[in-house]
Amino acid sequence: MSYNKRLDGRKFDEVRKMHAKVGIIKRADGSAMFQIGDTIALAAVYGPRELHPKFLQNPERGVLRCNYDMASFSVTERKKPGPTRRSTEISLVTEKALASVIDLDLFPNTVIDVFIVITQANAGTRCAGISAAAMALAHAGIPMKDMVAAISVGKVGDKIVIDLDKEEEDFEEGATDIPVAMTPNSGKITLLQMDGEITKKELKKALEMAKKVCSQIYEIQKNALKEKFKVQ
Amino acid sequence: MTGLILNEREIVIPGDKIASGMDYLPGNGAFREEEDIYSLQLGLVSLNGRFVKVIPLTGKYFPKEGDIVIGRVSDVGFGMWMIDIGCAYSAILNMRETPEFIDKGADLSHYYDFNDVIIAEVTKVVRYKDVSLTMKGQGLRKINGGKIIDITPSKVPRVIGKQGSMINMIKEGTGCNIVVGQNGKVWIKGDKVEDEVKATEVILKIEHESHTQGLTDTIKKMLEGN
Repeated sequence: MSYNKRLDGRKFDEVRKMHAKVGIIKRADGSAMFQIGDTIALAAVYGPRELHPKFLQNPERGVLRCNYDMASFSVTERKKPGPTRRSTEISLVTEKALASVIDLDLFPNTVIDVFIVITQANAGTRCAGISAAAMALAHAGIPMKDMVAAISVGKVGDKIVIDLDKEEEDFEEGATDIPVAMTPNSGKITLLQMDGEITKKELKKALEMAKKVCSQIYEIQKNALKEKFKVQ
Repeated sequence: MTGLILNEREIVIPGDKIASGMDYLPGNGAFREEEDIYSLQLGLVSLNGRFVKVIPLTGKYFPKEGDIVIGRVSDVGFGMWMIDIGCAYSAILNMRETPEFIDKGADLSHYYDFNDVIIAEVTKVVRYKDVSLTMKGQGLRKINGGKIIDITPSKVPRVIGKQGSMINMIKEGTGCNIVVGQNGKVWIKGDKVEDEVKATEVILKIEHESHTQGLTDTIKKMLEGN
């Protein structure tokens, strides 16, 4: 059986409904929320601030520290609180996806802390987390060369689809999930992971689709950031 | 296409293309990549001759020499205090820089203890990170009572106004004693709590609407409103 129609009735290149909001956490230096379908990610940025313990400090440039976490109620089966193998990995890749756009040379010996919490999960959480974190960093006034927008693409059955949801990820005939993070203006890829199988040609097509959606996400990020400072 | 792409006073986010071509030069908060000038921060576009600047709307305080700041004692050491002034690094207040004469080996917490709030002046900044303070000068002292509110450091000039016009208006309108630190900390002390609340509301409104025009009139109306 081939995958002719998506399980939730979307087109193959259609993303779920997206929504973004900036400044949701009062005590943080910068914060943002990004929602895509049923996935909701919250991000808070603190810093730049002094880094303790001191041996972690870098006198040449600042340190970016990301922490990704899923709330225990975010998934259908309760997730045991605390870091897991998976969350540690996602924290690391998020950090690397964001570090390339931030001008860390300006803040030697300091740390910029990014906390990402997934309050509701339906696939694509690391991408939602990165999109939210980029907005939170901009809101915190940290100098960045570009924004970062992230989306997952992949292959379900024999079709290339964008923004897989949980049901598609678990498609019985096999699904490939490729989270991609891009800088929307310069079009560079800062995160690329893959779970599954795909041919070279299909990957190229998938990345092309991701690029289009990343600029869509960028527009949403931009509007959310401007909305925060608009005066009626 | 060359020239300005975005107008002055427009809100930009990181990565927005502000100008194209070599007619313009990137100032603070902007950078050049090949032919174009992009924004580095969330802020407002500002033009100064050929220089394109981005005035940040949010962000931490960057200390400058001569700034009057309000800080909190975060550590008492031997011969100096560490002061948290809201920037990325702690500032140092040497015991020689206080108005009082302090004997060598005296207990420094007797003068300024943990969590005491002081008004001080920045005397020296090395690469943003080694910040030295002094308390010798007019109006520099430890403060008691009142309340402290935080505003975004980049909006301090707007709260103060031209030659202090805005802040004087608030002082007169509410009868409060107000000190605005360049680091975005504002100390408000009035005779009545209501006055302090009023002053807080006004200052937070200025912060929120700092990038709009005709703000002075709005604030004047707000102060006369009761």
